[in-house]
Amino acid sequence: MTVAVNPTQTGEPVFYLADEHPHPEGYSTSLGFWIYLMSDCLIFAMLFAAFGVLGANYAAGPAPKDLFDLNLVAVNTSMLLLSSITYGFAMLTMQQNKIAQTQMWLLITGLFGVAFISIELTEFAHMIHEGATPQRSAFLSAFFTLVGTHGLHVSCGLIWLVTLMVQVWRFGLIEANRRRLMCLSMFWHFLDVVWIGVFTFVYLLGVLR
Amino acid sequence: MNTDTHAAHADGHHHDDGHAHGTFSTYMLGFVLSVVLTAIPFWLVMSGALPSKQITALVIMAFAVVQIVVHMIYFLHMSPKSENGWSMMALIFTIVMVAIALSGSLWVMNHLNSNMMPIHEMTGMK
Repeated sequence: MTVAVNPTQTGEPVFYLADEHPHPEGYSTSLGFWIYLMSDCLIFAMLFAAFGVLGANYAAGPAPKDLFDLNLVAVNTSMLLLSSITYGFAMLTMQQNKIAQTQMWLLITGLFGVAFISIELTEFAHMIHEGATPQRSAFLSAFFTLVGTHGLHVSCGLIWLVTLMVQVWRFGLIEANRRRLMCLSMFWHFLDVVWIGVFTFVYLLGVLR
Repeated sequence: MNTDTHAAHADGHHHDDGHAHGTFSTYMLGFVLSVVLTAIPFWLVMSGALPSKQITALVIMAFAVVQIVVHMIYFLHMSPKSENGWSMMALIFTIVMVAIALSGSLWVMNHLNSNMMPIHEMTGMK
């Protein structure tokens, strides 16, 4: 780097970088956010590995076949899939600067997300009611940790979604809000990708076992 | 803030994010593909259409891999060009780490389990 010295009247030297080229605000946000998502991916990989190792240790307790209702899981999966496509529509209307339509698609996405979380909590409550609590067996500990962490991510995404709807309502589709909506879009679609692993490895292969 | 200032701003220096954005048709294509790729594994397991469990397991895992790739392309807009290739580099690095962690854990723990002395043999040794 080159440093130029420019003496002022007070005699104090002033330093500045001669080859400084200011980056526009948020210029590397999406790459940074992608790397955050990859770190999240590693968290889920560890939880999947734990489930893979412990998933067959029922400790004479209930097995996936006794607990999982695949019809409910299919409904849950479709909620998350539908929320993915509606978020896609929100991004498309955002690019066309249609604030009201963007807000509407964000709201619909949020409602699908709430439906997903509600179904999941109902499933958990039902399992716990039947005595299939996280401390019942290694399988259930791993199950609740993995699926619960995913649910927690979706819940955080919902809080983020509501926050951004307020931001868009107050300030419109300004550059910063577009950037934030794009980050949430990556987060939301990424959670859908993780759910593919959950419904395949936890539910479908569990019932198959 | 009105939208005109934003448009002028965006034209001034086009730095969007180097991120490919989807269109209505790519989003719909991704959605239809993922519905099909979700429905078939669920149907296979719930109906037991395939004769053996091993084959069913392999088929639904293959469907999961394909669906993950579909989501990556149509929803997350992954391409070798996005972010000058850096996001693809990060993805490949993560996939390598995930593969090592998953296969390593499963392999080690499976061997540990199979080398453990079964409980009934231990009681028989008394």
